[in-house]
Amino acid sequence: MDLISSMLRMMPDAVAQGLIWGIMALGVYITYKVLDYSDLTVDGSICTGGAVAALLILNGVPMAVAILAAFVAGALAGLITALLHTKMGIPPILSGILTQLALYSINLRIMGKAMLAVSVDKFPLLVSVRDQGASCLVGAAFVVVIIALLYWFFGTELGCAIRATGANPNMSRAQGINDNTMKLFGLVLGNGLVGISGALYTQYLGSVTVNMGRGAIVIGLAAVIIGDVLFGKIFRNFSLKLLSVVLGAIIYYMVTAFVIQLGLNTDDLKLFSAAFVTVALFLPYWKDRHHKEKHRKKMMQEGGKADA
Amino acid sequence: MLKVENIRKTFNPGTINEKTALSGVSFHLREGESVSVIGGNGAGKSTLLNAVAGTLTVDSGSVNLGGLNITHLPEHKRAKYIGRVFQDPMMGTAATMQIEENLALALRRGQHRTFRAGITKAERDMFRDMLKILDLGLEDRLTAKVGLLSGGQRQALTLLMASLVKPKLLLLDEHTAALDPKTAAKVMEVTRRIVNRDQLTTLMITHNMRDAIEYGDRLFMMYEGRIVIDIAGEEKQKLTVPDLLELFSKVSGSTEANDKLLMS
Repeated sequence: MDLISSMLRMMPDAVAQGLIWGIMALGVYITYKVLDYSDLTVDGSICTGGAVAALLILNGVPMAVAILAAFVAGALAGLITALLHTKMGIPPILSGILTQLALYSINLRIMGKAMLAVSVDKFPLLVSVRDQGASCLVGAAFVVVIIALLYWFFGTELGCAIRATGANPNMSRAQGINDNTMKLFGLVLGNGLVGISGALYTQYLGSVTVNMGRGAIVIGLAAVIIGDVLFGKIFRNFSLKLLSVVLGAIIYYMVTAFVIQLGLNTDDLKLFSAAFVTVALFLPYWKDRHHKEKHRKKMMQEGGKADA
Repeated sequence: MLKVENIRKTFNPGTINEKTALSGVSFHLREGESVSVIGGNGAGKSTLLNAVAGTLTVDSGSVNLGGLNITHLPEHKRAKYIGRVFQDPMMGTAATMQIEENLALALRRGQHRTFRAGITKAERDMFRDMLKILDLGLEDRLTAKVGLLSGGQRQALTLLMASLVKPKLLLLDEHTAALDPKTAAKVMEVTRRIVNRDQLTTLMITHNMRDAIEYGDRLFMMYEGRIVIDIAGEEKQKLTVPDLLELFSKVSGSTEANDKLLMS
């Protein structure tokens, strides 16, 4: 009983965090799923978004401008990764790692120190851990608007060209699409969303630290995979697929809250995340192999009967 | 329409894997002319097509299409003028996208892609009519993912996509080689229909000598990076498979080359 009631108490926090990280997961979905690009920039760009937003809020800049600037900062990080890959021929994963490493220094430069605090008492923050219910509503509003915009964008000629590039670069080139440009657009857009997510998460926590993004990509992937496994069969429409990513992020945070409630040391959380995503990535592979093995055995049995 | 002049291509120059794929290929296609290209493995057929398509750049020589020098134009820019169907049915379409989305992408070949709708209602109706003419049973499956289609259906769809915006040149790279004989015949029939309807200038590689003889106004045979036989007109119409084999052994100077041509 105790477990259930304390779980219930943790729900608003898990949902709020899930919604905010869900925006990042949408960015990961664009690069990883739509563009088929394993982009590790995310671990750096989420902090960049947070750092830029915190700095601007501290300097009294209007909130809308701060959020927009966080988007642009994340987008620029994505642009660097895209240029490393398309103009300098560096493989996707490595290009992201290089940007991510460079961003660590850049983020410190932006913040001026390893941490910036933005207190909800002094500034009109959009979300805060102090008011989790309202944070859920604001987070949900952001998610709905972003999904609507993405749904529209990926239905345009340009959005379709990005999808085609992710699905089959050969085909897209044969249809006159500059696949390098499309990769660039996808990485810019994806990391821009990650920047917004960082800006909101900074406000939620009331601070941004230089280590904020560590392992973000794994959480993003977890959200994408959970969403796909649980809702992939029933959600066919693209907007619902995007929604399933955010739901995946929320479920991830609920599971995390649950295992912490069960007594998992928070220091072990990253180990748990990594193990979780490993299993999720392994499952489809295992299922496929298992399926083939079953098929082989069945064939052999039938073959045996025919021989007899 | 297409003027290829003395193009050369050597892969891995200066290494033990050095391979000269094209050693000075020149030819000229008139508008509306269709050519079938045959030759053994490693004769340079695919390299020739890729050099024209821009998938690879040539070491020397030039490619002119419709009066435009496209030798140094990147692949996606040449696509404005060139329609292509690949050997692998997976290559020409986006499997995770719908049939109508693939067609809509092809309809915008050569255009700037903007924030306008990726597909419109009028286009859908047009696609439905076009697919009906192809008679593949696809007109009622516009929103089906292309990944669900058979190899033959995908090749026919790719053909339709390649010709949706009339190309100055159609490149067919053994586009029936991966299909079973019956499906291959059907895709060849669709090819003939589309090429005749639009009077397309066509370069078709084939491993099937009968197709090579039956199809097109002209026939190239390639050997060791060169076009060694170029037959057109009446002479081509009278050609038979044994004639072709004899011609080839004369040119290559060996009879075992026959087997090489047949086996490839």
